[in-house]
Amino acid sequence: MFLELQVTNSPFNQEQAELLNRLLPTLSESQRLWLSGYLTALGAAVFAPSAAAAPAAVNVQAVSAPVSAASKEVTVLFGSQTDNARGLAKKFAKRLEELGFKVVLSAMSDFKPNALKKVENLLILVSTHGEGEPPDNAISFYEFLHSKRAPELTSLRYSVLALGDMSYEFYCKTGKDFDKRLEELGGKRIVSRADCDVDFEEPAAEWMNAVIASLGEGTPAEASVSVSVAALKTEAGSEYTRSNPFYAEVLENLNLNGRGSDRETRHIELSLEGSNLKYEPGDSLGLYPENHPGLVDELIQAAGWKPEEPVTAGKSGELPLREALLRHYEITVLTKPLLEQAAGLAPESGLKELLAPGREQELRAYAEDRDLLDLVQDYGLTGIPAGDFVKILRKLPARLYSISSSPEAYPDEVHITVRAVRYESQGRNRYGVCSVQLAERIQPGDKVPVYIQHNSNFKLPENRETPVIMIGPGTGVAPFRAFLGEREETGAEGKTWLFYGDQHFSTDFLYQVEWQRWLKDGVLTRLDVAFSRDTDKKVYVQHRMLEKARDLYLWLQEGAAVYVCGDEKRMAHDVHTALTTILEQEGGLSSEEAAEYLTLMQQQKRYQRDVY
Amino acid sequence: MALYEKYPPHDAPHSDVEDIKRRSNYLRGSLTETLADPITGSIPEDDNRLMKHHGSYMQDDRDLRSERAKSKLEPAYQFMLRVRAAGGVVTPNQWLMMDRISHKYGNGTIRLTTRQSFQLHGVIKWNLKKTIQEVNESLLTTLAACGDVNRNVMCNPNPYQSEIHSEVYELASKVSDHLDPHSKAYYEIWLDGEKVTDSQDGAEQEPIYGPVYLPRKFKIGIAVPPSNDVDVFSQDLGFIAIIEDGRLAGFNVSVGGGMGMSHGDPKTYPQVSKVIGFITPEQLIDVAEKTVTIQRDYGDRAIRKHARFKYTLDDRGLEWFIGELTERLGWALQEARPFHFDHNGDRYGWVKGSDGKWHFTLFIQNGRIKDEEGYPLMTGLREIAKVHNGDFRLTANQNLIIGGISSQKKKKIEGLIKEYGLTDGIQYSALRRNSMACVALPTCGLAMAESERYLPTLLDKLEPMLEEAGLRDEDIVIRMTGCPNGCARPALAELSFIGKAPGKYNMYLGGGFTGNRLNKLYKENIGETEILETLGPIFNRYAKERESGEHFGDFVIRAGYVPEVLDGRNFHS
Repeated sequence: MFLELQVTNSPFNQEQAELLNRLLPTLSESQRLWLSGYLTALGAAVFAPSAAAAPAAVNVQAVSAPVSAASKEVTVLFGSQTDNARGLAKKFAKRLEELGFKVVLSAMSDFKPNALKKVENLLILVSTHGEGEPPDNAISFYEFLHSKRAPELTSLRYSVLALGDMSYEFYCKTGKDFDKRLEELGGKRIVSRADCDVDFEEPAAEWMNAVIASLGEGTPAEASVSVSVAALKTEAGSEYTRSNPFYAEVLENLNLNGRGSDRETRHIELSLEGSNLKYEPGDSLGLYPENHPGLVDELIQAAGWKPEEPVTAGKSGELPLREALLRHYEITVLTKPLLEQAAGLAPESGLKELLAPGREQELRAYAEDRDLLDLVQDYGLTGIPAGDFVKILRKLPARLYSISSSPEAYPDEVHITVRAVRYESQGRNRYGVCSVQLAERIQPGDKVPVYIQHNSNFKLPENRETPVIMIGPGTGVAPFRAFLGEREETGAEGKTWLFYGDQHFSTDFLYQVEWQRWLKDGVLTRLDVAFSRDTDKKVYVQHRMLEKARDLYLWLQEGAAVYVCGDEKRMAHDVHTALTTILEQEGGLSSEEAAEYLTLMQQQKRYQRDVY
Repeated sequence: MALYEKYPPHDAPHSDVEDIKRRSNYLRGSLTETLADPITGSIPEDDNRLMKHHGSYMQDDRDLRSERAKSKLEPAYQFMLRVRAAGGVVTPNQWLMMDRISHKYGNGTIRLTTRQSFQLHGVIKWNLKKTIQEVNESLLTTLAACGDVNRNVMCNPNPYQSEIHSEVYELASKVSDHLDPHSKAYYEIWLDGEKVTDSQDGAEQEPIYGPVYLPRKFKIGIAVPPSNDVDVFSQDLGFIAIIEDGRLAGFNVSVGGGMGMSHGDPKTYPQVSKVIGFITPEQLIDVAEKTVTIQRDYGDRAIRKHARFKYTLDDRGLEWFIGELTERLGWALQEARPFHFDHNGDRYGWVKGSDGKWHFTLFIQNGRIKDEEGYPLMTGLREIAKVHNGDFRLTANQNLIIGGISSQKKKKIEGLIKEYGLTDGIQYSALRRNSMACVALPTCGLAMAESERYLPTLLDKLEPMLEEAGLRDEDIVIRMTGCPNGCARPALAELSFIGKAPGKYNMYLGGGFTGNRLNKLYKENIGETEILETLGPIFNRYAKERESGEHFGDFVIRAGYVPEVLDGRNFHS
């Protein structure tokens, strides 16, 4: 057994100790021997203090470097909505190549399913979307694999990295489906599937290490370190990443909704000056929020804790409880694993009963729209030491917002468009963690931790003459402000058509004067709007699309690219149906042909969605 | 051939508005398209010019302007809709309609105007058509309530002499109908009327106005002495009823009044009209039409600020006009007959008419009908309208007469007046009862300062001063406007304030109590403190030194504060 390293019994700081504690037990005998020699040879300089803050992957990569596998081919397929899976796939593919593997890297949508039979080693990195659905660029591959046409894959070795969000019911479902299906088709796992929550980087790196170790087994070790530690700054250009966010100064924070609106939508301008962060229209901004102080204080009081008592908070080390709950831990979402662990902490609370088989529906209903304060109050979870309790909490994840500025139009700035989420549930006011923080507690001059989340699945056409159709009601319009800003600055000549909608014309027409100006200047060719609460009959963007079916069809025939941004459950679904209807009605296609048409558009990147 | 070309008016190039009207195809412009444009709540300026002829114009909530600009929203565009009824007489059903649409489409209040019309504020573009349709369904109209045409014809609502009122009122309605624009554009755009095709080729004509209408608005009012409530001398064309032996003998005709001017432009000035002769009732419509056509042909179409009828007359002389009118009529006016005005304000409370019907004149502060805490005026009037079978008469001073109440109904109405606490204003100072203010901020685009929202506050501060001086029950006519265009006819008041900038006003003194004399600038660009400091001593002196029956406006001239102004050309001198 390994000695558990601590600050007190080792020369390492808290973070290093944690990393080592995680790493050491996973090492095989030969890996340990190699590492020991490697460290001796390298001398202490490599792990000088400045390297301490480098992400976990750095160490792991160095560790797993000397695997020679020149003969081995690995196919890495990714299905990604927000680019996390794509980013990981690219990173891992590079690593595999550097280790001498022959790597085929492809989005699932670009991969010919028939080629699957020839694949020996398959790595699948896929996220799950909405209600357990595959991301757009995984749909066709997913459907093929689950159809009768799927080939037998008895010689296939594979492993799945599933990305998801534990607060959703169908956590990592797409990854699980792939894993199960590949097994059914005869594949053998290289290593077991890894399911990653929103804080995916460390578990993903662990999975990759395990995969590499397994793929490399049986090959003679060669003491060659092909990747230097210094070269591992992952994103080109900037040192600021998801795990090392940039503290961006807030330049402007204003409400886009007029007086009398039910809604509050913040337009926030942030300075990226000095960060070297680069983005393109269609990318997202990740922002690490803080919990509502009122909720934190109530929670501390309800649980009978003391605000100042120190608790561990991951990489931040020890923090006073209140600080830790404000900045480090998620306290607004109840997940099943959390409830299970809470039940373990308080066996007499009655939580166990709720978790009993057969009561899933009840459990789901309970977890929905409730937070940690509810849990503590409803199940009398008092007297549990804060230090124990926080261990079962998830790290407060970053929030992603579609960027609403063009870097060409606003150099060194990034704008986001955030709707404040406020509602009442169980007799208490609830606040969206990040949106309400931005709406109520962030002023110009403040700094917030951000990073750029690239999204290659939501990009303007390369050909600037391609017509563009944009469908983005509510805050879904954000990226289209970036699109048009970009088209204006670059003088793109293609036609553009925006469908926008919200509740009321007079108060909810986000960025109204900017669209009006772009219409006047010709940057925006057409604008159709649907305000659902201004008329007796509720009208939405899809109704406007159907009203303009003929013109829309003609644009599609001219090669227009279609972009949809915003609510997935209803809007994106209704828009998809509207597109199908338009193809059937105006193009005389059968419903199968219309579906194929749209799939083809997706493959040609002419139908892109950024939905949530 | 259009009449316009038959009477070429001026050689100077015409103003933009003339071009807009000429190109509009009889007031159509591109209104149908721009009203349907879903991207903006506004219409382009060209169409807004035409829109006025349809009884509406675009405004925006100026209170929200900068806030909305910051939110990247266009201004809160909305439309003011003016609903006219000649002489300001409407039925209880029409009242209920106004009440209903003000809540359904407007800002929930009704504004009674100084021309006996209704104004609805806050109608958004997409509700305009529905609103105008409902107005027309109740047999009222917005057509020609604004624009370069004859406006609502004013007429004394005279609750005293019922037969005279009905006779005069009938003439007012007739002359109003006679001068309505004939264009079918209104019916096409608002009422789904059949489209008139090839109107460019002359299938459609404006027999009185021609294709470019008048150079500027035109106003007609009929007064019945001894009340000059319609301010007959402020009208382009005024008729003063001459009653002999208790019967309507005819009218004296007065021409060339008008209130508007521009700050800093002495070539613009308010003017009082001049009496030029007497006509019989049958001749009234003919005189009105010919006067309008003279202004159509000779009014200045190059400079809009100089286009009102008063300038045409002042430039060419009264003799020229009388000659031209005589020629067009084919007969000459008789010599003017004697008449006498006592006042231009309203007389409040209960009055029994000569036909035995009862009338109750309500004091309406600045003409605004709304429910306020402790004063449910709008609700009270709605409840009265539900049981009332007489009429409602809008007065020229923005007040309201519940008219023609039968003796049987009187008790019921009296009960409702009491129940809702509706007031004849008896508890207020006479100054407040004789006060008028235009709408100004936040809706009026022309306003430079507050008016309707500020005058009550100023009165609160003036009243203790009057009380102290013992002038509480002294009728003094006070008027305020937010700009010099003169909607509340400020140039005729004994004491008036015209907005210059936020919180700053020009103060004028010396108008005639009967509306017969213009006032004169006394202090320029002053704020509230200076207003109060200036007026205190004048009120005190007036209280001490006035002669018996001497009105405030007369006193300030006698005391030498300001000189007398009987002609607008001396207004600035």
